[in-house]
Amino acid sequence: MGMEGIGARVARKEDKRFITGKGRYTDDMVVPGMKHAHFVRSPHAHAKIISIDTSEADKMPGVIGILNGAQLSEDEIGNIICGWMIHSKDGSPMNMGAWRPLAQDTVRYVGDAVAIVVADTKAQARDAAEAVVVEYEELPVVTDAVSALEDGAPQLHPEAKNNLIFDWEIGDGAATDAAIEAAAHVTEMKIVNNRLVPNPMEPRAALGVYDGGEDHYTLWTTSQNPHVARLVLSAFYNVAPENKLRVIAPDVGGGFGSKIYIYPEEIVCLWASKRTGVPVKWNCDRTEAFLTDAHGRDHVSTIKMAFDADNKITGFKVDTIANLGAYMSLFSSSVPTYLYATLLSGQYEIPAIHANVRTVYTNTVPVDAYRGAGRPEACYLLERVMETAARELGVTPADLRRKNFIREFPYQTPVIMCYDAGDFDASLDAAMKAIDYDGFPARRAEAEARGKKRGIGISCYIEACGIAPSAAVGSLGAGVGLWESAEVRVNAVGTIEVLTGSHSHGQGHETTFSQLVADRFGVGMDSVSIVHGDTDKVQMGMGTYGSRSGAVGMSAIVKALDKVEAKAKKIAAHLMEADESDVVIENGELKVAGTDKSVPWFQMALAAYTAHNLPEGLEPGLKEGAFYDPSNFTFPAGTYICEVEVDPDTGKTQVVDFVAADDFGKIINPMIVEGQVHGGVAQGIGQALLEGTHYDPDTGQLLTASYMDYTMPRADDLPSFKVSTTETACPSNPLGIKGCGEAGAIGSPPALINAITDAIGNNELAMPATSERVWAALKSAQ
Amino acid sequence: MANVSMTVNGRTVSGHCEDRTLLVQFIRENLGLTGTHVGCDTSQCGACVVHVDGKAVKSCTMLAAQADGSEVMTIEGLASGGELHPVQAAFREHHGLQCGFCTPGMIMSAVDIINRHGGQLDEQTVRAELEGNICRCTGYHNIVKAILDAASKMGDSAKVAAE
Repeated sequence: MGMEGIGARVARKEDKRFITGKGRYTDDMVVPGMKHAHFVRSPHAHAKIISIDTSEADKMPGVIGILNGAQLSEDEIGNIICGWMIHSKDGSPMNMGAWRPLAQDTVRYVGDAVAIVVADTKAQARDAAEAVVVEYEELPVVTDAVSALEDGAPQLHPEAKNNLIFDWEIGDGAATDAAIEAAAHVTEMKIVNNRLVPNPMEPRAALGVYDGGEDHYTLWTTSQNPHVARLVLSAFYNVAPENKLRVIAPDVGGGFGSKIYIYPEEIVCLWASKRTGVPVKWNCDRTEAFLTDAHGRDHVSTIKMAFDADNKITGFKVDTIANLGAYMSLFSSSVPTYLYATLLSGQYEIPAIHANVRTVYTNTVPVDAYRGAGRPEACYLLERVMETAARELGVTPADLRRKNFIREFPYQTPVIMCYDAGDFDASLDAAMKAIDYDGFPARRAEAEARGKKRGIGISCYIEACGIAPSAAVGSLGAGVGLWESAEVRVNAVGTIEVLTGSHSHGQGHETTFSQLVADRFGVGMDSVSIVHGDTDKVQMGMGTYGSRSGAVGMSAIVKALDKVEAKAKKIAAHLMEADESDVVIENGELKVAGTDKSVPWFQMALAAYTAHNLPEGLEPGLKEGAFYDPSNFTFPAGTYICEVEVDPDTGKTQVVDFVAADDFGKIINPMIVEGQVHGGVAQGIGQALLEGTHYDPDTGQLLTASYMDYTMPRADDLPSFKVSTTETACPSNPLGIKGCGEAGAIGSPPALINAITDAIGNNELAMPATSERVWAALKSAQ
Repeated sequence: MANVSMTVNGRTVSGHCEDRTLLVQFIRENLGLTGTHVGCDTSQCGACVVHVDGKAVKSCTMLAAQADGSEVMTIEGLASGGELHPVQAAFREHHGLQCGFCTPGMIMSAVDIINRHGGQLDEQTVRAELEGNICRCTGYHNIVKAILDAASKMGDSAKVAAE
């Protein structure tokens, strides 16, 4: 490892612009003639639109145009789609209702867009939007998924009888039932995974620019995957042909899943630019973000885990109802199915698993992937039930886990996934040592003396990253392949540009990807530039989510680097009159091994472009591209242990210690990886302790639609974290990378709740474990 | 409509804006200084923190007209002569940022915290003082580390300078 190579703790290249205020986000963009948009949104959770009257608003100062769903239909703009087909267990396809970018006949959640107002200034657009009169006929409302399935519940879409989108299953139901029947012990639980609002700090924004002279469209947007945006805007939404559409996702201020999807506003701003003849910019405010960004989680599950007399798990049965909100968002169907139930084996040998999942429409914001996407929900079930079972069986939580750990790889689970590598004992040992698990009884006694209830909780997670082998996901219903692309351009002076289909919105790709190149060719990181987020520069890519930029995106770069290296060696060998198999690359030079002959990297590059002296038949130039399709998912795994103190008088929980021991495979930049764990754990602690999303069940109003009402984790809610890593190489990609983006959010919630329930001696505790809930649980246990 | 004049990052600026224009809008839209961000609409997130007459202020809670005649410093004015402010340098060194969106406000708040406390900062104080700044990426771990490091490097001189 060099100072800047693989494994080096290099400060980030991109930081310079961010710490000096020079970052360029979508809302910072200004183009000539640019005007501003504001959306008219439904104040009702479910209603028929009777009429839209813009006569007063049209006359307001600065108004350029007010457009609604009827005009959208005139231009044949398509419905927003879900791109992953799931079939119910009876073989029928999922019941997808229509989602119009601007609602035409019916609104189905508070915030559903009805019209767009374009005006000279943002304030004028907002003023005019308030003057648009929409007459509604209110309809009955349902916000929770269990109620939505009941007979007589309000019906959202004619396509989905009883609001059921699909009724899907995985695993062997008969074998699992038999295991439960024959079990020495069965632990049963009902578990709610609370709905969350992702809340990247940059609110979504879009700037649509139609150029009539060229019949060309440009969209600046807050996207994690601009190429997918271009694809669906063209292929499904009929806004612009792909060759006439440029999508740019510049600096993006966090995503966490919520910026994967192509939302109504982006479609409408681009379309409205052509309709009104002016560039249209929209920037959402925070309450609008709460009302329209895809939410996460929202599962209700009943589970049974069966054990034999030796405490070995014999079966695991799961029945889940998942709330998908008012419409099916882009990947919504995959989250509670293939990203969830395929991880229900956790770190354990479980011979029989069966999961049944029903997904449901409700009058709430659409639900889709949020950091972890399905895997936190699976992990939460497993790790809550393991801890609970240990308490019921009278064994230590660590011993019960060790009794059931998978230790031989590859391991084929009963739910599709085949784990390629791991060492679960190593991460459990590391975490227990880091938190001084053995010293806990003394710390508990000391806390007791201070009048505090102290508890400790373990969580052993596994997840699937590096999504994903295209043929595999295709066979499971995905509408896209999940490969990644890269192009490496060596310039004539030897500097290098890497074009990648991955997208950085905080992950630090400009640094880690540069480290990869620096490591390979021994050139300085400053001579490497990473280009991403612009469909005119990078031909195609699948973007960043599911911790795929390392395992998939960097693997594509490795493939392209292999090709560059092979050609560079050919050129250098020719220049040095040596055999190319004898050429090695070290410290920015191409050398003939065992001799003092060498050619500097830049000289080789210049030779490639002057083309005065190239090997016979070799094309000039040095630029290579590659597409990489992974052969398997990757499986990051680890153990998190949390220690809390509860104040019995107030129910206030303080996280006093949190340790993480993660196996992410090979690590390029440990500093960046640790940062990903810190952030993921903070979001997991947020879910466990603070973040509750509440709808009024009668009106469907989102009651937690601002930072005054929705509790974001603040600095004083969190401790400093103790993070460490163990390593087993990942055999599924050339760098041995597993991925680290989501682990923290997946593994931490059960560790928190296991710790609090340990502290208060009551296992019945829902997330978020607010002071009120903890206090009530403590009182009912006494 | 209001005519407002102020000194921003050492330069005298003036502009014509609607009475309801917030200071953050004036800074971003009239002056084109887009380093100051808007992350919420309830004065909770702190992405818009700037210094007005030497004190940290959420520029979304103040009208541009109220800042008339004031000295304003935004993130763009913090580094002097191409030299990063110690807090900026510490954020980079300790990986105190990821997506960068909360960072300008976070740094401006941090400078103010150090100005008020000097080198006397401890972790608990920093965490309590950051109540008004939300970050969704870092879990605050490295932000706290960066601020403590910058405070120790700046020492009491920062507090003295502020006084």
